[in-house]
Amino acid sequence: MASGVKPRVKVPKSAAAGDTITIKTLISHKMESGQRKDSDGNAIPRSIINRFTCDFNGQNVVDFTLQPAISTNPYLEFDAQVPEAGTFTFTWYDDDGDVYEDSKDIAIG
Amino acid sequence: MNKFTKGLGACMTAMIVASGALADPADDTLVINDEIEIVTRTAAPAHLSDALDEVMSGWLFRGAETRDMERDDFDNAGMIFVEKAEDAWNTADGSAGKSCADCHGESTEMAGVRPVYPKYVEAAGEVRTLEMQINDCRENRMGAEKWKYTGGDMVNMTALISSVSRGMPVNITTDGPAQSTWEQGKEIYYTRFGQLELSCANCHEDNYGNMIRADHLSQGQINGFPTYRLKNAKLNSAHARFKGCVRDTRAETFNPGSPEFVALEMYVGSRGNGLSVEGPSVRN
Repeated sequence: MASGVKPRVKVPKSAAAGDTITIKTLISHKMESGQRKDSDGNAIPRSIINRFTCDFNGQNVVDFTLQPAISTNPYLEFDAQVPEAGTFTFTWYDDDGDVYEDSKDIAIG
Repeated sequence: MNKFTKGLGACMTAMIVASGALADPADDTLVINDEIEIVTRTAAPAHLSDALDEVMSGWLFRGAETRDMERDDFDNAGMIFVEKAEDAWNTADGSAGKSCADCHGESTEMAGVRPVYPKYVEAAGEVRTLEMQINDCRENRMGAEKWKYTGGDMVNMTALISSVSRGMPVNITTDGPAQSTWEQGKEIYYTRFGQLELSCANCHEDNYGNMIRADHLSQGQINGFPTYRLKNAKLNSAHARFKGCVRDTRAETFNPGSPEFVALEMYVGSRGNGLSVEGPSVRN
């Protein structure tokens, strides 16, 4: 497991039904590209977040594929329409099989 | 011909004006999360009155996008490391089975600590930085292993302790038992080091606001440390920055945590007395 991984998400606490809101996410991750070599000349194995998804009440909102050229601590920002009160769930998939999750509730009003 | 030279002249003037505008510190104010007002420029402390009229945070010397990142705790990538340190704050470590919180309570109880460090600690009989105090706690109260002076755990913890003091004015004592250390720091600040024979003052006092090749020279204030730097995407401690600066003069550097850098931190910190604590700040 990549060490010291911590996700962070910002979602407004409430919105009017049908509103479009901005969601910001950040995860601390080294995003080792696999292209670098250590001081002995051995390749450092690739270790990145390769996929990120956001779901709202079970329905998929976004599904990102992340590539090795993306910098450390990847920051993703996107808009989503909120039809009803519910829960956003966020999932990051690590190369090593680990899955990091976070969720945020949003109210209507 | 005449028209051409005239046109060229006007063009040159425009270029000079443009580069001048680029190099000036920004005319901007910093409010974090719409609530914490940060003093980014203020009258220089009395001991600096011969050298500077006004002291300015490095924030004013960075670009608009970089400045914006610091206005909001989510956009400030340094805050994710503060959250990591918050976890460490509440986690027991070492043979005593104690966490920071067991003695100190909430991390917000540490408000007011960052602005006065480094300071003379009576019980220890020496000038100490925040890092030295943290390691003293870890070793003697928690029975835990010391952290590396500029390591990730350490810099995250200093970021947490700094973050709860944001907005408070830096207030480092320069007299009393700390004076000899402060004088030593001042000596280092004005001493030319390395093959390039540069002192801190050559860049940060004589030439702040100017460009040194592609870099915009600030006053070298450390009120914003630890700093999240976009160039290495992590938090950087003041001593790591000192080391980088001294290395850039092509000198053998002092080590982070060495008595020389402790003295320098005390002196440079006192040059920013009156500026707000900003750490963790965002810089390029």
